[in-house]
Amino acid sequence: MKRAEAIKHIAEDLEDELVVCNLGFPSQELYSVKDKPTHFYMLGSIGLASSIGLGLALSTERKVVVLDGDGSLFYNLGSLITIATQKPENLYWIVLDNQSHGSTGFQQTYNPEVTSIEQLSLAAGFNRLITANNREQIKEAIKRFKQEGPLFVVVKIEKGNAKVSPIPFSPEKIKLRFMEEVKEG
Amino acid sequence: MQVSAEAGQALYGALRKNEVNFVVTFPCNWTSCLLDLVADDQSITHIPVTREEEGIGVAAGAFLGGKKPAIIMQSSGIGNSLNALASLNLTYKIPLLVLISHRGDEREKIIAQRGMGQALKKLLEGVGIRYFDLTNVAETDKVIAEAIGSSYTEGKPVATILSPFLLLEE
Repeated sequence: MKRAEAIKHIAEDLEDELVVCNLGFPSQELYSVKDKPTHFYMLGSIGLASSIGLGLALSTERKVVVLDGDGSLFYNLGSLITIATQKPENLYWIVLDNQSHGSTGFQQTYNPEVTSIEQLSLAAGFNRLITANNREQIKEAIKRFKQEGPLFVVVKIEKGNAKVSPIPFSPEKIKLRFMEEVKEG
Repeated sequence: MQVSAEAGQALYGALRKNEVNFVVTFPCNWTSCLLDLVADDQSITHIPVTREEEGIGVAAGAFLGGKKPAIIMQSSGIGNSLNALASLNLTYKIPLLVLISHRGDEREKIIAQRGMGQALKKLLEGVGIRYFDLTNVAETDKVIAEAIGSSYTEGKPVATILSPFLLLEE
């Protein structure tokens, strides 16, 4: 299962959750699968999807889903600690883990025989962790979004980018549409 | 030199008057009075972060969720924040009040602060972020109101540089 397929399954199962999506191919793949005003597509700012998700989760009653990657997680590792400390009950953090920087040519990010993303999350203080590696497990993981968070979900994926185009909206349109959606609740 | 409790109170009061209700912080000895007042106020969501760049993201998320955020950091923290301020706030037109204690300039005892302290204003200008200088406590309300006003009118982050002459007593 490559990233685009995982994103497709996730997008199919989500309902009206707000989604903060990581920059580069993940955002473009999400847009190509399904575009909704509940999606905040990042265009830059590597590492900050989870931080934006935290600020949002603490400012709205709605459920917030962060679609992150392993490279972005490592770029802003402190976010694990801040989010575990704040414990937002409406935050669900999905890390799509292909062990590489997929948007820039699949340069290796870490060695899974040395480092464990799952253990990192537990050591930071997350006590709800799910690993989902196929269609069925993704479905099960997203059913858990009905329960209280914060929840950390690791999805192991194969390397590969879909053939997708840049998102055709201006940054301001992405923002305004999203904020309107948040306000309408 | 002692940290000015009066300045801390005035800054906190100005945040309250301008309805700032979400404050992200990275500590500085010079702003410690302000940080304590923010931390003790249950009506303000207070998020201490591990690194300033992370805080720019948290504050942006709070704005998207309808809050009125501010971030408090040292001049050194601007070095960790510029990409986020440019690629997130300036790109999407997300306002933010950035309060910066001006380390590495007057009254500084730590030599490692000088590099960022001296470059601070040029860095803000270089990336296109407007800043206000706040040098005495009597101007606090006026300057903070103006900074927040211009941030929301222009849809941009706006800095207020907190002078050591404001934050420290003789």
